[in-house]
Amino acid sequence: MHDIVSAAANFIHLDVVNVLYLFAVGFVGGLVSGFIGSGGAFVLTPGMMSLGVPGLVAVASNMCHKFPKALVGSIKRAKYGQVDVKLGIVLGISAEAGVLYGAHIQEGIKKSFGDAGSNLYVSVAFVVILAVVGGFILRDAWKTYRSGNMHEEEEKVTKLARWVQSVNIPGTMVYFKSLNAKVSVLFTIPLGFATGMLAATIAVGGFIGVPSMIYVLGAPSLMASATELVIAFVMGLGGSFKYALHGLVDIRLAMIILAGSLFGIQLGAIGTTYVKPFMIKVVMGIIMVIVLFSRGLMVPVYMSQLGLIHTLGETTVKALKSTSFAIMALALLLGAFIVLRAMWQGRRAERAATQEVLEHGKI
Amino acid sequence: MVSHITRRQGMANSYGSSKKKPIGGMILFGMVSFALYAVLLVKQDMVNEYIGLGGLYAFFPILIAFIISFVHGSFTGKFWTVLGIEASKRKKEVK
Repeated sequence: MHDIVSAAANFIHLDVVNVLYLFAVGFVGGLVSGFIGSGGAFVLTPGMMSLGVPGLVAVASNMCHKFPKALVGSIKRAKYGQVDVKLGIVLGISAEAGVLYGAHIQEGIKKSFGDAGSNLYVSVAFVVILAVVGGFILRDAWKTYRSGNMHEEEEKVTKLARWVQSVNIPGTMVYFKSLNAKVSVLFTIPLGFATGMLAATIAVGGFIGVPSMIYVLGAPSLMASATELVIAFVMGLGGSFKYALHGLVDIRLAMIILAGSLFGIQLGAIGTTYVKPFMIKVVMGIIMVIVLFSRGLMVPVYMSQLGLIHTLGETTVKALKSTSFAIMALALLLGAFIVLRAMWQGRRAERAATQEVLEHGKI
Repeated sequence: MVSHITRRQGMANSYGSSKKKPIGGMILFGMVSFALYAVLLVKQDMVNEYIGLGGLYAFFPILIAFIISFVHGSFTGKFWTVLGIEASKRKKEVK
């Protein structure tokens, strides 16, 4: 009973400013999610905590806004023929297992090394994964840009993906429409698992899920980012239920963020129909690399708390924390700006083409 | 080439004629969505109390999330359509 009372006491008082703030962050997060399949969570969780929401309630509430958002986004993108439901569900189920295992590791680290140890683990995971995967995506996007192929609708399937698609392990092969090939589930399971583990660690599984679908399985960027929404739905639903069993979901926070993010996700999904597949990689890569710097700034703070380096002054810690959060917010805003700009340009080009055809028609 | 132009013209015409905008649907879903949010925030103490219990009450927030995502999602979808922001007509499907 004590737990229940303390859990209920975790729910903060909401005023108009808080509501507007959550709505706005939800909108921007939704816009980016609708476009690249994930994102927003890394700002939302610390954003809620800055309002005084306890960490676990922030994570739980974030997850409870994520699954309905992903559901609405995936339905919208399915209308554009971009979703591979089967691949999403297969990856989503193994991602669920990854979430549980990732949470288990987190608990173990927290028990052994305390909050600072757990935060250090999260930040190092952020930096290493985002550096490797984000760097790779940006390099690929840059190569496409340099080669002048960025206007091509067809993307080249990587050598790795061609090999994965060529391996035949009887009894494990499943046909996926996004790949237009049969792939062994023995390849998809570890990818889903890694996506889930990352989601449990840094709250954004898509940073593994989307690139792995593109580069390891050979899915087109647009389909990978749309299918990620199905994975996010499966993972989010299971995760939300798990947290809800312990009474940790603040449904008011979750639904206010959802109110903003459902405007954003519809717009982000519409945006994907105006851009070249190459833009998905650009937005994702840029966000990942900027967030990397944001988390990198926090590494010395946690190291000092663990006594691994000399203790940092209170002012330094505060400055690092604020800068880190500001950079993270910047990453999301920049992502949203690129999405809106690309959409605006796409719409303008389409209108111009239509106008041209009309004028030709008159002549 | 001819078919290309015809297709484009068809597309252009669909712009010109502009399909009927779902204003009525937007208003209806908007009102229901507003009402649901009003109830959630006005009765927030009671809602929090039940959700804080956990256990079988875990279905409660999930159910709320599904209902609001349907109603509010329909509203936001129609909202952008009414504003004229729709998917590109050139590229409906990714191959």
